[in-house]
Amino acid sequence: MQITTPNFKENATRALGDAALQKALKNVEIGFIAKRLAAADALPEFEALRDNARDIKNHTLAHLDLYLEEYEKKVIASGGHVHFAETAEDARAIILDICRKRNAKTVTKGKSMITEEIELNDFLEKNGITPVETDLGEYIIQLRGETPSHIIAPAVHLNKDQVEADFRRVHTHLPPERDLSQHEALLNEARQVLRQRYFEADVGITGANFLIAETGSSVIVTNEGNGDLTQTLGKCHVVVASLEKLVPTLNDCAQILRVLARSATGQDMSVYTTFSTGPKRADDPDGPEEYHVVLLDNGRTAMLGTEFQDMLRCIRCGACMNHCPVYHAVGGHAYGAVYPGPMGAVLTPSLSGIEVGGHLPNASTFCGRCESVCPMRIPLPKMMRHWREREFEKHLTPSAARYGLKFWAFFAKRPKLYRAAVSVVMPLLSVLGGTSRRISSLPLAGGWTKHREMPAPEGKTFLQAWAEKQAREGGR
Amino acid sequence: MSARDNILGRVRRSLGVSGGDAQRRAAVVSRLAEAKSGLIPARGQLPREERIEVFAKYAEKYGATIARVGSIEHLPQEVSRYLKSNNLPASIRMGEDPLLKDARFESEPMLTVISGASDGTDVAGVSHARGAVAESGTLVLASGPNNPVTINFLPEHHIVAVRAADVGASLEEAFAGITATYGKGEMPRTVNFVTGPSRSGDIEQKIIMGAHGPRALHIVIIG
Ligand code: SF4
Repeated sequence: MQITTPNFKENATRALGDAALQKALKNVEIGFIAKRLAAADALPEFEALRDNARDIKNHTLAHLDLYLEEYEKKVIASGGHVHFAETAEDARAIILDICRKRNAKTVTKGKSMITEEIELNDFLEKNGITPVETDLGEYIIQLRGETPSHIIAPAVHLNKDQVEADFRRVHTHLPPERDLSQHEALLNEARQVLRQRYFEADVGITGANFLIAETGSSVIVTNEGNGDLTQTLGKCHVVVASLEKLVPTLNDCAQILRVLARSATGQDMSVYTTFSTGPKRADDPDGPEEYHVVLLDNGRTAMLGTEFQDMLRCIRCGACMNHCPVYHAVGGHAYGAVYPGPMGAVLTPSLSGIEVGGHLPNASTFCGRCESVCPMRIPLPKMMRHWREREFEKHLTPSAARYGLKFWAFFAKRPKLYRAAVSVVMPLLSVLGGTSRRISSLPLAGGWTKHREMPAPEGKTFLQAWAEKQAREGGR
Repeated sequence: MSARDNILGRVRRSLGVSGGDAQRRAAVVSRLAEAKSGLIPARGQLPREERIEVFAKYAEKYGATIARVGSIEHLPQEVSRYLKSNNLPASIRMGEDPLLKDARFESEPMLTVISGASDGTDVAGVSHARGAVAESGTLVLASGPNNPVTINFLPEHHIVAVRAADVGASLEEAFAGITATYGKGEMPRTVNFVTGPSRSGDIEQKIIMGAHGPRALHIVIIG
């Protein structure tokens, strides 16, 4: 992982002054939040499903060794191969080996955060293999030489005209006078260009949203269909997944699927939820001849049994960053790590070490919105506080504490961050027990306490809560 | 020690357990064997005729179009009608699925039927979905010798036939159906759960249909 996290303040300052980025970030704030809320409200069982989803992952993590064994058996029985990778380096070597055995020149890729984590593209290129990202957002940022700024919307930091400029720069085989002013035209052009690449690919690499122990299946959840073309048209399908993607059964998967798409994009189901089991069968007319699963640890086993174990329940829906006022203000790149937003603030120090990522948990207003929307009920603010305590134990305390205070001063001096920190999101804090003591020692304590008398119901926007409060008080 | 042993060993050390613990193993074995269903929302527990309504409602919400015909012999006519009304050439790609064969496409002599996997040049493809999920408007398509996966993704227009009797209420029902066909713990190579046509919101969060998969999904309910 290329970590630039120690530069958060510089990154954030730049982000706040970047007009194009600020315009693009508005789309996060407006789009995702309303969609999730509508989807959650439309399903009366949503909260109970969140409880079940949490319990399923807790059970799986507590028996992870055994489920890994069962899963492996099923993959092998269906004709697939399982490779265990302790580190990013090991995973890269395994994937390169599979590609080399197939003499691969081109590799198509479905969207996968794990392959970002192991920096697979650079590595493949250095070894003479061309990786082609096929998810529209990933394709755009690959053209720009950037990393994703959001775990489900990688190009959310960009505006349409920037994408148009990139397409004109790269797709030089197309007539320069073509009209690319509409979103549709941009999408069509990417569709056309990528169509040929699927057929040329020797290997198709995807991530996995779930691995199912009962059947040995890997599951991808997408809207575009690029992941399906990647894994169907490539002669060899390689799944790269971290250990905690495991769930016991198909029915367990159904519970979590019901909260995943709703939390991510507000859909009842994403367009394509695909279960893949082994290579194509003898009489199948299409599908890959080989099926490999690379199971990545890269620091996860060290999180088990610690106060960070809960983070391994994460299903990468993105809701925590969609609802994060700091993310809204500075975007994903400012975090300088593969995983941005609240989930990244917890995961980055866990995977990369406290020395590199340990201060990221300070990039938070501790408003608690992330936890209130997390479908897996991950106590993100609590874990961010745990990281601060770890800094304590590591004798980083004096400077870290000063740093923390400086951080708050930094926030306070920047209007957009300050508004984020003291206004709309503050009321939600009161639903979180135990946060007030720590918070009251911070420079914005006045802002916190002032609003703490007015708890907002979970899942409502501030404006709704406010309107309701007004109505209640008016009626008294 | 292999990477596998190292990882499993680390999991056990971190959890403070041993691999030989009979109680833990029994918990895992019984969970996998029983594969109990969790909470099914009320929306996923509807009686038969209501399911079709709810299925159609959600499929349309996600951009599919729906037609219903009395029996399978009416499918070819409906396919022709769809192609004509969308100004598309009278040609389809189709697998050798038994239900689709029963439709007897010879009854539409103007319609060209090309069989086998899609090569990416087809404008329209026809598939048979083994089931559907009413609670989310989702089709369930399984790969097999007569059911190429490429037809679900490469043609611009995807026409899918599903029998009314196969429209289930919930995801769990769809899984139970797969288990009944293939055996406990067994799956075909690919099972696609499809909810509406392909789309992307990757540019400015504006949803545009037809990203890499079909631009249009037309569902024909049979019976
Ligand atoms: S931490 Fe929760 S909200 Fe954030 S991505 Fe993971 S599951 Fe989603």
